[in-house]
Amino acid sequence: MAVVSGPPPYRDGAVVQPQPGQQVGFFTDSSICIGCKACEVACKEWNHVPVDGLNFLGSSYDNTGELGANSWRHVAFIEQNRPVAADGTGGMRWLMNSDVCKHCAHAACLEVCPTGALMRSEFGTVVVQADVCNGCGYCVSACPFGVIERREGDGRAFKCTLCYDRLKGHMQPACAQACPTQSIQFGPIEELRVRARRRLEDLHEQGVTDARLYGVDESDNEVGGLNAFFLLLDEPEVYGLPTHPVTTTRNLPQMWRTAAVAAGMLALGVLAAFGRRR
Amino acid sequence: MSSYYGRPILKQPIWGPAVAAYFFTGGLAGMSGALSFMARVRGNRALANGALVASVAGLGVSLPLLVMDLGKPERFLNMLRVVKPTSPMSIGSWILSGFSAATGVAAASELAATVRPRALVPALDIIRPLGLMAQGAAALLGTGVATYTAVLVSDTAVPAWHEGRLEMPFIFAGSASASAGGAAAILTPVADAGPARRLAVGGALVEVAASELMKGRLGPAARPYKEGTVKVLDQLSTGLTLGGAALLATLGRRRPPAIVGGAMLLAGSLCKRFAIFRAGFESARQTNGEGPEGPRAKSLPPRDSAHVRTLSSRRTSAIDAVTETEKVRQQGAKPK
Repeated sequence: MAVVSGPPPYRDGAVVQPQPGQQVGFFTDSSICIGCKACEVACKEWNHVPVDGLNFLGSSYDNTGELGANSWRHVAFIEQNRPVAADGTGGMRWLMNSDVCKHCAHAACLEVCPTGALMRSEFGTVVVQADVCNGCGYCVSACPFGVIERREGDGRAFKCTLCYDRLKGHMQPACAQACPTQSIQFGPIEELRVRARRRLEDLHEQGVTDARLYGVDESDNEVGGLNAFFLLLDEPEVYGLPTHPVTTTRNLPQMWRTAAVAAGMLALGVLAAFGRRR
Repeated sequence: MSSYYGRPILKQPIWGPAVAAYFFTGGLAGMSGALSFMARVRGNRALANGALVASVAGLGVSLPLLVMDLGKPERFLNMLRVVKPTSPMSIGSWILSGFSAATGVAAASELAATVRPRALVPALDIIRPLGLMAQGAAALLGTGVATYTAVLVSDTAVPAWHEGRLEMPFIFAGSASASAGGAAAILTPVADAGPARRLAVGGALVEVAASELMKGRLGPAARPYKEGTVKVLDQLSTGLTLGGAALLATLGRRRPPAIVGGAMLLAGSLCKRFAIFRAGFESARQTNGEGPEGPRAKSLPPRDSAHVRTLSSRRTSAIDAVTETEKVRQQGAKPK
């Protein structure tokens, strides 16, 4: 049973031609995702992302499992028993959402990268330079979303590039282009934010009060804002998203200060160990 | 509250045991460098050389460990491609490089001065003060080497590491002092090893105190430290560290207890690093709904009613939903 019905909500959207200097990103509207996984396939095809096994995970129609070095789009499938009929009787709803790297405005992966392999592109996206990355793995533990990962057999870290090469060619990313329902929308961030808020209002008016935005407002995260945000129909953690993601480099000055105090204590400790000069 | 099919939100750290081992060897090398310099300044030649040997040995193991753990070991020099204050690993790489260079010069000059080949004596007399300067630099950078690794683990999304950020530098500093003091107590005649013993005992106390403080303060993020292998390692570390310190403090003036005590402190420090390291893996795994899902937010904003559904306030996890779906299927299959 469909969660949301009605005419296609985004009929007037023209295809965006990204320009350098423009801040672009994704708005993924999960209310019209049909779980076709065209985004996953298009991403793998365009970016030559290797196969990482054909597995049956036993998690509904999701056999990808999670984002990682070899999965830059991941369609989540959630089966829920909900009163969906007007009289409040039982039924089943299926939630689907195509997850992706959030390209955080204060990206922890980028900030902790010691080689400078992770960089901010001219489109405001976060990209790994494969020819620089030495596979230290710091980004893996820094990402509060569990997105970036080191590729086995290769040793370097990989994640969504927001199709950097296509952006440079003024084309939209492969996943957005392949999405048949416009659930994945690509464009300038500010425009997408407006569109997301309008869509939420429409859904609330239609009685879909479960709908909420994730990562559109700065208040629900401490990563400086998400360049890929979502419209969800349940709590973020149901989709495997953290409720309130935090970029921990936010606390780095405090950590450096504490370490400096500890280092000072060490120096004094060594001095004290020798006592007064005899 | 279970997350998506019980999957952790965070990825497991990709670091191997080499990194935990480096936290130990790096701390040992750094604080041994500081101890050696101070002993040299105070004219305690035996202790200065004993600590220098420990420093060079620790450093000699550290560098291969670090390179080994990279996904692309041949690109280790990329660590010095940029200077990046937002990356503890970048700053650490520079501190460690400086420390390595200084320790290398100090060790070479000391070696040359001890051997004193006759043809090189005039040159050696010029190098000698350079060696002392290098050792001073190594001492200063050594305290950095012993503490930056705490910032490195703290600056991650792993709750058991990040939430302990206020105690972690003191645990690491104490652990490094205990191991360096212990190593020097083993390598130096007991008559000259007094300062090493005092450093070891002080370090051991700081390590254990800071560690207990952290576990008490962390709340739900402390769970990984209190269960399974990590708990065993942690308790082993506390026992070895306190035992070794007690031994050095009481019977440290006799050679055999000094060696045993020093070895216990070294083992205790190693166990502590592995306990903290392994706790991070478990903590990342517990982001599947068992524990905190990530770093604690500074202030959770009051939820705007526009963002929260009002009709159905029931929270249904993915796992519950699947079992409920099964029930529906079974009910549907029943003949009416």
